[in-house]
Amino acid sequence: MRRVLLACYTLWLREIVRFGRQRSRIVGALGSPLVFWFLIGSGLNRSFQGGPAMPLQGGYLEYFYPGTLALIVLFTAIFSTISIVEDRQEGFLQGVLVAPVPRAAIVVGKVLGSTTLAVMQGAVFLLLAPFAQVQIHLVDLPALFGVMVLVSFGLSGMGFLVAWWLDSTQGFHAIMNIFLIPLWILSGALFPASGAAGWVRALMLVNPMTYGVSALRRFFYDQPLAAEPPFGLSLTVVVLFAVAMAAAGTIAVRRKR
Amino acid sequence: MLNSTFWAVEVVGLRHRYGTRLALDGVSFAVPRGEIFGLLGPNGGGKTTLFKIVSTLLAPSEGTVRVFGDDVVGDPGAVRGRLGVVFQRPALDARLTVEENLRHQGHLYGLSGRPLGDRIGDVLSRVRLGDRRRDLVGTLSGGLQRRAEVAKALLHQPQLLVLDEPSTGLDPSARRDIWADLSDLRRREGTTVILTTHLMEEAAGCDRVAILDQGRLVAIDAPAALTAAIGGDVVLVTTRDAKGMAERVGLRFGVKAEVVDGKVRIERDRAHEFITDLVEGFPGEIDAVTFGKPTLEDVFLHYTGRRLEQEAP
Repeated sequence: MRRVLLACYTLWLREIVRFGRQRSRIVGALGSPLVFWFLIGSGLNRSFQGGPAMPLQGGYLEYFYPGTLALIVLFTAIFSTISIVEDRQEGFLQGVLVAPVPRAAIVVGKVLGSTTLAVMQGAVFLLLAPFAQVQIHLVDLPALFGVMVLVSFGLSGMGFLVAWWLDSTQGFHAIMNIFLIPLWILSGALFPASGAAGWVRALMLVNPMTYGVSALRRFFYDQPLAAEPPFGLSLTVVVLFAVAMAAAGTIAVRRKR
Repeated sequence: MLNSTFWAVEVVGLRHRYGTRLALDGVSFAVPRGEIFGLLGPNGGGKTTLFKIVSTLLAPSEGTVRVFGDDVVGDPGAVRGRLGVVFQRPALDARLTVEENLRHQGHLYGLSGRPLGDRIGDVLSRVRLGDRRRDLVGTLSGGLQRRAEVAKALLHQPQLLVLDEPSTGLDPSARRDIWADLSDLRRREGTTVILTTHLMEEAAGCDRVAILDQGRLVAIDAPAALTAAIGGDVVLVTTRDAKGMAERVGLRFGVKAEVVDGKVRIERDRAHEFITDLVEGFPGEIDAVTFGKPTLEDVFLHYTGRRLEQEAP
């Protein structure tokens, strides 16, 4: 067990150290969602005022705030798993694969690395909450971070699963953009399911990200929004998704080395 | 039963297919403990496939490989613990320092804390990199990087070290350094070494060499025994019409004459006498004649009819 933890720890640590040595990644990962939130949120602020689906004081910027948090977590978690592709290209991965380490530890170590980066970036964005007229109760913070970790872990696991089979970073970007945009648009981050057309609502219902966004959103409002999945269900889906992705990742590593 | 087998590696009836292409076609051999064993062959001959199977990266289509008695497919975990692997492509993280790389490696092999720190010091001084430990790997020269790779593979004191083309891309002095490290390692710790190579000089430094061509093992023995087995001397004749002369030499002297790289090549005992007959027999046709003791290059040619540097057909 000690060896498994040591392996997870060392792979996780390497992820963090590498991130710290690439400044452009820090700027890019934080900057783009911020711009996104401010421009889209401000633009749509007028159009979305009121309405039964969105009884919020702060208007759309407020509704969009948890959605942007989800976006940051989603983008960072997924795009940091590109390091798998880099590790394969740079040769580091082959050295890990011949080491006497359980394959699950390789998955968990790498995925935890991405998870940490995603949560860290989410945390920085949370510091901006006052500017969006969003209130977070301090007592909720530990639970909010817990949910962020779970959501990030599942998404990182999904990124790992895709990255494992690819040998070019261009391929990774291409594939991920197909996934990422619909996954996020149909998650309730941008608009609530209750106001959407029937088929869109059906897609949102089967999108695991919907439950992640919903679980995150719960910490920002005193009253749950209408037509959101219950918190218990959301949390269950988020946990199951994370476990499923880690398991699938382990199977993938055993399959193709 | 731990470590009780005589053989470091046993390969039996190994076959591997990539789709329809047969990369290994029924290879069997065994390497005793403490040997420096070379796999010699052209690119595409099957060496790297064999390397990947032994290092547990690839499961063979057929056949078995045991490392110190443990099956590489059935019990890869046990094999991995005893194996040090040096890849042809670098496996170090260029964004980390030499020491950070070794620290991660140590953790993957269950080492930590003080004992790990001591081991890092040991292996780095062994490959003479002690003064570069805090440098980013990306700033080291190719030769130093390769030595750092060797240090990384030695960190957990493996009983078997496998290296894929260890001197590819290295200059002669860096190459000699790696070899000094390997011989030293074998002498002091009895480590078994298996390496793949397409370089004659490198293979000549091994205790035994297996020649691998088109997925088959064509010969296996000590380098000296391999060259002795093809006998006599090797004569090379430079001439305008090599093909025609090879035929006529064959008819006239009853020997096997081949055309290799535009020259007529003949394996023959007492070549100095034969050359006299040859020059007298073909007056005015011969531009140059050379002869010498056979090398591993000649051994490869003898068994495959091709030069080693050529790609496999």
